Amino acid sequence: MGEFSMTKETYILGIETSCDETAVAIVKNGSEIVTNVVASQIESHKRFGGVVPEIASRHHVEQITMVLEEAFELSKLSWDDIDAIAVTEGPGLVGALLIGVNAAKALAFAKQKPLIGVHHIAGHIYANRLEQEFQFPLLALIVSGGHTELVLMKEHGHYEVIGETRDDAAGEAYDKVARMLHLPYPGGPHIDRLAAEGNVTIDFPRAWLEEGSFDFSFSGLKSSVINTIHNAKQRGEVLEDKDIAASFQSSVVDVLTTKTVKAALNHNVKQVIVAGGVAANKGLRNELVNKFADLDIPLVIPPLKLCTDNAAMIAAAGTISYHQGKRSGLDLNANPSLILK
Amino acid sequence: MEKHQIITETEIETKRLAENLAQLLKPGDVITLEGDLGAGKTTFTKGLANGLGIKRTVSSPTFTIVKEYEGELPLYHMDVYRLEGSEEDIGFDEYFNGSGITVVEWAHFIEDYLPEERLNVNIEYKDEHSRVLTFEPIGRHFNSIVRELIG
Repeated sequence: MGEFSMTKETYILGIETSCDETAVAIVKNGSEIVTNVVASQIESHKRFGGVVPEIASRHHVEQITMVLEEAFELSKLSWDDIDAIAVTEGPGLVGALLIGVNAAKALAFAKQKPLIGVHHIAGHIYANRLEQEFQFPLLALIVSGGHTELVLMKEHGHYEVIGETRDDAAGEAYDKVARMLHLPYPGGPHIDRLAAEGNVTIDFPRAWLEEGSFDFSFSGLKSSVINTIHNAKQRGEVLEDKDIAASFQSSVVDVLTTKTVKAALNHNVKQVIVAGGVAANKGLRNELVNKFADLDIPLVIPPLKLCTDNAAMIAAAGTISYHQGKRSGLDLNANPSLILK
Repeated sequence: MEKHQIITETEIETKRLAENLAQLLKPGDVITLEGDLGAGKTTFTKGLANGLGIKRTVSSPTFTIVKEYEGELPLYHMDVYRLEGSEEDIGFDEYFNGSGITVVEWAHFIEDYLPEERLNVNIEYKDEHSRVLTFEPIGRHFNSIVRELIG
């Protein structure tokens, strides 16, 4: 590459349809959002009551063209400005993923642009680079409804999963306990709110697993909450929902933050980043801030709009692949169980 | 309809039963799993995955609705709880008529989409580790499977 190409701006179009959201974004130089459109946020959709889970591919089909047009309209850019198209190829729901992948393939072919498949979790990690430049080695804690993972990165585009959940994701544990407490879905924010009002009165278990393991397990905690509520009912005792929420949250936050700290020290990382929807949880944020302030390791927690699924994060991760010369062929396929590496 | 009950005393016993069941299944088989939160639906599925030679960690599919695993036979692990009242069809036919085994947790939420011939499994909480498993086979294929499994 000559000097000219070094100074040229890079614009990557990102497409994300792995689960509930139909999203398209354009990102400049991997770190600056030009537009970031999520279907549920489009004005014309608000009259239908906002977010409806777009789990059926039918919904993605209906929305993808509109979201794409909206992204270009807001950006004031044209196809001539776009260097490549990045799309989530997995993991996720196959029917949902296929819409994004096929849209990206059709566009790449029609507009003669390079095509780049992106792992959904790599996207969540790179959402942080839209806020702050990375320092390697870095540790990423990904906590969402579908994921709980610790990922070590020694350089751009290289991922090593050093810990993951063996059963329920942290966000799922929240939703399931919320179900027990008859709170609406998704339950995470409700538990977080209740927890702030309650006291830790119940000593719920913490699954540390084997010595040195960075894996997680929240299924035992879920069962313990269920048993505790069940047993109290049989004895005619009344447990306050806010105390159950506080005690449950304390166990989840304790395990997540303790393991993240241990992994950060163990791998001598220069930066810790948090990603995924559960990063919005106040209890988790506060405890992470407390623990890392003492350790002198910089902690990055992105704003909420970048924690949830969006396409800017896919474009940001795709930018790195683009510069590393990684390209996907037009035979790119959706892979619901894609492994991060 | 014929029902068969079996009591497992430990989580390992529940997994082993599912592992044995896996050996008897053929492509396109559908198993429904019902039971309260924490009853052990995902535990049962982990055993089944073991029996199918799946090496990856089988984690809960609640959020993504479906998780797919590659083994001697592919395993499609569904949790359709989030589809309650939505009448969403996420392409069930393709899974149910596919080349793998489909396990559906909270299957009653998609009653209309389920194939007629299937194996219904209900897991009931007895005490902390012990569970009552009720097998309800529908169709000749599943009848013979359950007879062979429970003997």
